[in-house]
Amino acid sequence: MGILIPLVSVTAFWALIGFGGPLLVPKGPNRGIIQLMIIMTAVCCHLFWIMVFLHQLNPLIGPQINVKTIRWISEKWGDAPTLIDS
Amino acid sequence: MGSLTRSEEMRYCQMIVEKDAAFNIVAELGKKPYVQFKDLNPDVNSFQRMFVRDIRRYDELERKLRFLESQIVKDNIPIVGKIDDGDYKVLPNSELNQLEATLTDLERDVKNMNDSDAQLKANFMDLKEWDAVLDKTDEFFQGGVDDLAQEEFDVQEEGEIVAKVDKAPVNYLVGIIRREQLNGFERVLWRACHHTAYLRSADVAEPLEDANGEKVHKAAFIVFLKGDRMRTIVEKVCDGFKARLFKNCPKTFKERQSARNDVRARIQDLQTVIGQTREHRYRVLQAAANNHNQWLKQVRMQKTVYHHLNLFTFDGIGRFFVAECWIPLKHIDDVRRAIETGAERSGASVKPVLNILETSVEPPTYNETNKFTAVFQGIVDSYGIATYRELNPAPYTIISFPFLFSCMFGDLGHGVVMFMSGLWMVLREKALIARNIKDEIFGMFFGGRYIILLMGLFSIHAGIIYNDMFAKSFNIFGSSWKNPYSHDSIATWLNQSTHGKEMLLELPPEIAYQHSMGPYPFGVDPIWNIADNKLNFLNSMKMKLSVIIGITQMTFGVILSFFNHRFFKSNIDIYTVFIPQILFMACIFMYLCLQIILKWIFFWTVEDTIFGLTYPGSHCAPSLLIGLINMFMMKDRAVGFVDESAGKVNGMWKEVDTCYLSQWYPGQSIVEMVLVVVAVLCIPIMLAGKPLHHWLQERKKKKELHGNHTVRANVVADNSEIVLNGGAKKSENHESAAPASGGSGGGHHGEEALGDVIVHQAIHTIEYVLGCVSHTASYLRLWALSLAHAQLSEVLWHMVFVSGGLSMNGTVGFIATFVVFFFFFFLTVSILVLMEGLSAFLHALRLHWVEFQSKFYLGLGYAFVPFSFKEALSQAEASSQAASS
Repeated sequence: MGILIPLVSVTAFWALIGFGGPLLVPKGPNRGIIQLMIIMTAVCCHLFWIMVFLHQLNPLIGPQINVKTIRWISEKWGDAPTLIDS
Repeated sequence: MGSLTRSEEMRYCQMIVEKDAAFNIVAELGKKPYVQFKDLNPDVNSFQRMFVRDIRRYDELERKLRFLESQIVKDNIPIVGKIDDGDYKVLPNSELNQLEATLTDLERDVKNMNDSDAQLKANFMDLKEWDAVLDKTDEFFQGGVDDLAQEEFDVQEEGEIVAKVDKAPVNYLVGIIRREQLNGFERVLWRACHHTAYLRSADVAEPLEDANGEKVHKAAFIVFLKGDRMRTIVEKVCDGFKARLFKNCPKTFKERQSARNDVRARIQDLQTVIGQTREHRYRVLQAAANNHNQWLKQVRMQKTVYHHLNLFTFDGIGRFFVAECWIPLKHIDDVRRAIETGAERSGASVKPVLNILETSVEPPTYNETNKFTAVFQGIVDSYGIATYRELNPAPYTIISFPFLFSCMFGDLGHGVVMFMSGLWMVLREKALIARNIKDEIFGMFFGGRYIILLMGLFSIHAGIIYNDMFAKSFNIFGSSWKNPYSHDSIATWLNQSTHGKEMLLELPPEIAYQHSMGPYPFGVDPIWNIADNKLNFLNSMKMKLSVIIGITQMTFGVILSFFNHRFFKSNIDIYTVFIPQILFMACIFMYLCLQIILKWIFFWTVEDTIFGLTYPGSHCAPSLLIGLINMFMMKDRAVGFVDESAGKVNGMWKEVDTCYLSQWYPGQSIVEMVLVVVAVLCIPIMLAGKPLHHWLQERKKKKELHGNHTVRANVVADNSEIVLNGGAKKSENHESAAPASGGSGGGHHGEEALGDVIVHQAIHTIEYVLGCVSHTASYLRLWALSLAHAQLSEVLWHMVFVSGGLSMNGTVGFIATFVVFFFFFFLTVSILVLMEGLSAFLHALRLHWVEFQSKFYLGLGYAFVPFSFKEALSQAEASSQAASS
């Protein structure tokens, strides 16, 4: 999927909600509160997502899996472009 | 609902009304919660207050209503409706008098009915006992003496035939006694009559009602005895055992039969009468039950109005009633209209007056909330009511609280359960309120329905990001990790391993992880769910997440304090408190966050040149925690990870010792030294800045006062004047010229003494500095709880569901899965949703109260408690329930 596509799309999604949402709130006594809620939701959720995303961007350790499962991964999810020969 | 940002502006007002109109005015004000009255007669005893008599009258009415209620409840008649139905119209006096008369009559009637009912029942029981005794006596005599023999006895008594054996005439007594006491009775009788009395008894089949209303089993007995002396003795014994004797038991069978018929007829009659009495009583009570809530509401409303009228006082002349009260600024017009309506209704000629007074007392804090925001405001208020007009944390809490909860609770399945239950309560709100459920625990959950809804919603999002649903992960977008080993190698290893103890292999990131593909687009990669070392990876992720979220929230709190300082126009606070605080936070903690993010972006397992330094591999990835410690200790560190000048030896770089501790960008030691110095410098500014400013201010005022005033005697006004240069006059009512001692000795000029300011500032600084470190660590509970939750969830899945159900094959497995699912889901809801949910709720609450609010919140205010019928009625209801339970 690349790095850019999810990065841009998710950020754009929350940016749309965070900047565009407050404009759509109908006038009334609760306008300020609802705008604040929308902005805070967008900020918190985006922060949460992007931290998990960045953590997995360059993983420093790999998963330890047992051989049977590795074979299953090989069949179901596929092999890496270059394989290790022991 | 006004803006929740700050508490509402309040005004201290004075109300002047005519005494006759006062009642209607207060009744009108009670309809809306706008006015908080001040007690203008604080030293008056509650028995000496003006309206004591009226309050007593309504107390009496309430007592009568309570008595009627107890009678209604005893007869299981339901009282429909609620006491508080939203209509707060107060009845006029004429109707109230009528109500009083009605209630008095009702009480008297019900009491009379109760008495007569008791009387009738006692009679009924007597008759039944007599009936039973007559019945049993037949039995005795059938087996013994019959009528002819009886007549012979009588004849014998009349005639003076001396019997062959010189005996006294045989007599008998019949009676009825409780079954339990029969044996003891028999024994005592035997002994008391010197073995000459003969007792025969028979149990009465039907249990009869005792005087107290309990059903007891009785037995009828007949005692045969000789002589009058025996008779007295037997009577005394019967008395002792509370047995009842029937003196007029007919001797012949025929007489007994007729007596029995007679008794039966009387029993029937009595039963009819009792039935009719009960029905009448039922009808009366039902009529009362229909009106009960209305009456109670009226009585309580009247009482409240009089209580508040007691807070009024007479003005100087004594004609008008005066009250002082707090009113929110935006409701002053409403209040004006309300008192005018009330005055009109009582036909007063004089229009009531509402004056706004100036006062230096701190006003109460009032936040107008609706049913959604009330919960969050309640959470904030539980910790402390906000100081008047300081920034209210509640609107931010609406989102940040469920968000922090979800970080600790992140599981899609449990989130759905929580969301559904919140949704159910919210959608069925009106029906559930109408049912008026009194259960406390349900009340707590129902009161928090909006919080539960939001927490569920955010938990669903967190569950998607943690990729955790009942301890299983989804693979929607395709994992970024692929198999890196050749198929031959895998086959070999498989052959070598024994079943159950297969080899564990690590997938090296350089090959297995598809870097070009990028990470899993939304959330944690599903491969970690099947990895054995998943905790290593997840722990690192969640810890960094917690620290960054924590520092973000704390920084937000400090920024909010800036807005408070600006609002209260305290520039000194901005310069000596806010700016050092932000700098301290930025230099140390935001720098840490920056480091975390840079390490995420730039450091991987492959060899690379990062910031101009050669980086050989992941074992040299900089350690952030120890790096932070070294930053403070200003330790000397090598620059770079490898010995660049030596070049590659055998294809490998020569690494520096402990390369994970070396500087990883050029100039790091200088940058860090500057940061530490700035941070440390902020501390004395925080400690001493404000006290210094305070001291300087006082010195300036002292100098002004000393230099600038002259004292003149004003003969005309007969007082002395102190004139400050510039013309402002200040007069004192002293004959002698007493100069105001300048500054009056260090510090009583301002609100606080200098000593107070120093101590206060010291405490604040230490709290902030130490708090920054300890609170950052405290936010790690986000990681800890989420780890515990995930592990519990996994245990439930593997140990309960899989072992107990899914792992079995065939029909057995089918049934086992069906049964085990019940236990699995029961444990899921009770432990994981309820218990863990409560735990995460508590921890999120603590994080808000301590870590977030300590950065800006004072919480030293007092609440605005307005007079309103709704509130008064609910309080009266609560206290009466507490009294009755």
